[in-house]
Formats: sequence, C-alpha cells, structure tokens
Amino acid sequence: MLLDRAQEIAPEVLAEVRGAFPILGQKIGDHPLVYLDNSATTQKPDAVIDAVTRYYREDNANIHRGVHALSQRATSAYEDARAVVARFIGAPGPEQIVFTRGTTEAINLVAWSFARPRLKKGDVILLTEMEHHANIVPWQLVAEATGARVVPAPVTDSGEVDLEAFRSLLEHEPVALAAFVYISNSLGTVNPVETMLAAARAAGVPTLVDAAQAVSQRPIDVVALDCDFLAFSGHKLFGPTGIGVLYGKRKHLEAMPPYQGGGDMIANVSFAGTTFKGPPERFEAGTPNIAGVVGLGAAVEWFAEQPRERLWAHEDALVRRATEGLSEIDGVRIVGTAKDKASVVSFLLAEAHPHDIGTFLDAEGIAIRAGHHCCQPLMTRYGIPGTARASFSIYNTMEEADRFVKAVARVARFFS
Amino acid sequence: MDDLHELYQEVILEHHKRPRNFRALPQSTHRAAGHNPLCGDEVEVYLTVRDGRIAEVTFQGQGCAISRASASLMTEALTGKRIDEARKVFAGVKDALTGNAPEAGMDEIGELAALQGVRRFPARIKCATLPWHAFEAAVAGTKRVSTEA
Ligand SMILES: Cc1ncc(COP(=O)(O)O)c(C=O)c1O
Repeated sequence: MLLDRAQEIAPEVLAEVRGAFPILGQKIGDHPLVYLDNSATTQKPDAVIDAVTRYYREDNANIHRGVHALSQRATSAYEDARAVVARFIGAPGPEQIVFTRGTTEAINLVAWSFARPRLKKGDVILLTEMEHHANIVPWQLVAEATGARVVPAPVTDSGEVDLEAFRSLLEHEPVALAAFVYISNSLGTVNPVETMLAAARAAGVPTLVDAAQAVSQRPIDVVALDCDFLAFSGHKLFGPTGIGVLYGKRKHLEAMPPYQGGGDMIANVSFAGTTFKGPPERFEAGTPNIAGVVGLGAAVEWFAEQPRERLWAHEDALVRRATEGLSEIDGVRIVGTAKDKASVVSFLLAEAHPHDIGTFLDAEGIAIRAGHHCCQPLMTRYGIPGTARASFSIYNTMEEADRFVKAVARVARFFS
Repeated sequence: MDDLHELYQEVILEHHKRPRNFRALPQSTHRAAGHNPLCGDEVEVYLTVRDGRIAEVTFQGQGCAISRASASLMTEALTGKRIDEARKVFAGVKDALTGNAPEAGMDEIGELAALQGVRRFPARIKCATLPWHAFEAAVAGTKRVSTEA
C-alpha cells in the first residue's frame, strides 16, 4: 500500500526537509504554526532566502549591457537560472524560458501575443470549468477584442474534467486554442493532461498548460507533454513571489510579437522604427526581477535535489489521512473527490461557514484558506459560495494533519 | 475571555443558529443585495418604511456566523426606528467594529455590542458590516452593493 510505504519515509529525511524552512518553526500565539495554505503560496527554504540575500549583498547590478564586474556577475546569475529552469522542465533550450511576474502574466502574454493576432470572430478558446481566474479572465479579454468565444468543458460532480465533452468540443467547435489546468488549486484534481493534450493535438489545436500547482507536485517534461505553452509561478515552487515562467515552443516564440515594449527587448530603436530581439528577451521588457530569478533558480536547484517521489508519496498520505479524518466528522462534505488528487482537501461543514472555520483554526495556529479560491465559476457549478481548503506540502507532518482534523472536529461541535 | 470566544459569544451564536426576521418580504418598499466577492456571501435586506419609520426589516441569504448574526441583530435594532436614527445606529456599529468607540458608548447600541469582538479580527469586519451596507443601499435606492467596489 502506498500509505504504508509513504509513512515509512525516514523521519530524519522529513525532519531535514522541514528544517530547511525557517518560518515553520514559529508559534502563532501559544500554538505551533501549522501551515496548510500551500496552494496559495509555499514557504521558502534557507537555500532560496540565502541566495536572494547573497545576490543583494554581493552581486547586485543591472543585467546585460554592463561592462563592469557586478553587472557581468548579475547577468550570469540571471542567465544561469534560466538554464536551470529549462533543464528542470525539460525544455530543449533556455531561450524557451521567458521570465514573467507569475502564471498570471505568462497566460496574459500568450493571450495577447500569441492568441490575439490569430483569433477570428466566432473562434473558440476552450477551457474547463475548473480554471483559476488567471486562466479565464485573460481569455475573456482577448475574446472581447476579437469576437472569439470562451467555452469551458464541463467537470463532473466528483471534480474531473468530462473528457467526452472535452473531445466533443474539440471536434465540433472551431477551437483556436485550448488552455487548462494540470492540477486544480481548489479541488486538487490531477487532470489527465497527456490525454487532453493528445486530443488537442489530433484536432490541430495549440495548447497552454497551467502548471501553477503541478510544478511542485509532478515531474514536468514539456517535450514529453508536447504542449505549446506551459506556465507556472516561482512562489508556489518554494521560490520568491513576483517571478514566474512561460515555456513556449520555439516556432511560436519566434513568430510572436512583443507583449510589452521597453528597454532590453529591442535590437535597435529609432523614431523611424524599432526592431526587436529574439526570444526570450523580446518578451522581457524593462529591468526584470533579477533577485526573483536568482531566488527561483535556487528554489529549483534545491527542489531538484530532494527525494521528490518519496516526498510526493508522503504528501499523498497526508491528504488521505486528512480526508479520512474529516470524513468521520458529522456534517463534513468533501468537495472534489477525483480519483487522481494531489495536495488539496476542500470541504464544507454543515453547521459552520468556511470563514468561521478559517478564523477558528487560525486561533489554533492552523493556516487554511476559505472562499472561492479564485475559481468562482467552479463554485457556481457546485452551487456553493466557497469551501474551506487545507493544502499540504512536502514539509507537513502527520501530526499536523491530525491536529487539523481534530480542530475541525472542535469547530463542528462548537457550532452544532 | 479569549479573542475567539469574544468573537463567537453566546449572543452571536444564538442569532446565527436562530436568526430573527430571516425571510423575504414581498411587500417591502425598499430592498437591496449585499455581496462580498471575497467569500461569495450574499445577503438580501428588505424594508417596509411607513411615514419615515422602519415598520419591518427582514433578510435572507447565505453567510458566515458573523454576517448572519449581524444581520439578525440589525433587524431587531432597526425595527421602529426613523431612517436617520437607523443610520446613526449603523455609525455606532461601525465605530464599535473598528475600535473607535469608547467602551462606555456601547450601551447605546444595546445587544449590538456583541459584535465588537470582531474588532480583533480585521479580516472579518466586512462580514459584520455586509448586511448594514445592504440596508444603507436599500434606503438609498441602490439595488446591489459590494464590499469590494
Ligand atoms: C492553478 C492556478 N493557476 C494560476 C494561478 C495564478 O498564479 P499567480 O497568482 O502566481 O500568477 C494560481 C495561483 O493562485 C493557481 O493555483
């Protein structure tokens, strides 16, 4: 059984992983912090905090165009991180890694630079009902500008994409692009992206994968996936906020017009006309988040060295333990019961509203999230205003899962 | 009393479990919906105003214990009040929620003082004010208000 094997992960290994995250050792009031809001953002290991500090203490300068030592160091740190990220997700070349502010900006970039010029009136942008607002609103904006339509593939009651419906939409609608989430941040559903990508490919439809959650939960190989674009955020991968990644196929990145104009993305500027650099610089106008890139590179290097498969099995065991514990509490309803799930337990209590649960748990030092998790259409699909959500990461412990369950049981008793 | 028990004190829990005037009012003269997009909560407030006085106030909708208790307490506090008096009560509640009110001033708002435990929970103040904003909107003739607009 997976559960037993996962529980067998050496306690020293877990302790070492957890020990790498200084923030986790603190108390909230009288209670040790139990951080279960990892889908919103993960904590940062010393390796990342130190890399960012070292960069500012020793190497800080503006990148490119600099002839002095610091600028050359900062430039190599920046470009080295790009290569590290490229290797991490299996991108054939570092020039296929565009640094953005996060998943949101990466999707907006694809919406405006890739989709907008090719969309025609009546074209369909195919999404799913379980998308994060970041993978809905940019498409609505380009749809409004072009006369295209945004159509979501339905999800089932258990929280899985209805694959039949997805295929049928690809077949019967003039789909110009399909964009979907790999792992749902609100339900934890792991979508069968290989199958979905193959279906889109068969229909000749370019694809974008929202890997914001998946990048810390699954090995990512963009060549094996054969997606056209993939987006994720550094802060959900143990890295800093304000930095993210867009991976794109070469043929697309080379053909796409700039997203924003400014310094660093140009080949030559004159008032008669300006020429642009190739990718990735073409899409990185202005002084970028250099420290963020350095921190992201450090996060990826740190994470790649961890026993990831075993840590993911441990995380699965945490999710199962929490799910089983919650299911024994009267009045609990788990929202999202897909067969393949990762990290997340979303739930409702008959007697207590998610916000009341959140406030109660916070008073015991337990951080969860309450609300629609930026997935309002999905909540509407289930006829609920929101859920309470506990989301686990590699550094959480079984004791934490148990403390969480016991606290929810107390909330249920308090309000009943 | 610790912060949590001050927040969820008896009066609040009691109004949450058995909300007063929790129904639609088909004959209302004023009504408005209050929406909190952060949590998806939605409350509809109905008023019957006769000769400048609030003859009846009711509410409906889904919400957390704080917003529901606040709405229930509001309906009791505002029944029979003139509109200008009702606005003053809201001003008093706002002060109590944001910690501006002198503790002594609490007597004037009566049972509503139970809401002041919210002041230690900044993230929850909007839950408590949501029904009041809906009331204000109803009186002003606005159909819908949002905590985030
Ligand atoms: C699945 C998913 N997509 C997109 C995003 C947006 O990421 P960011 O806010 O970092 O741009 C998130 C994070 O909230 C997410 O969980």
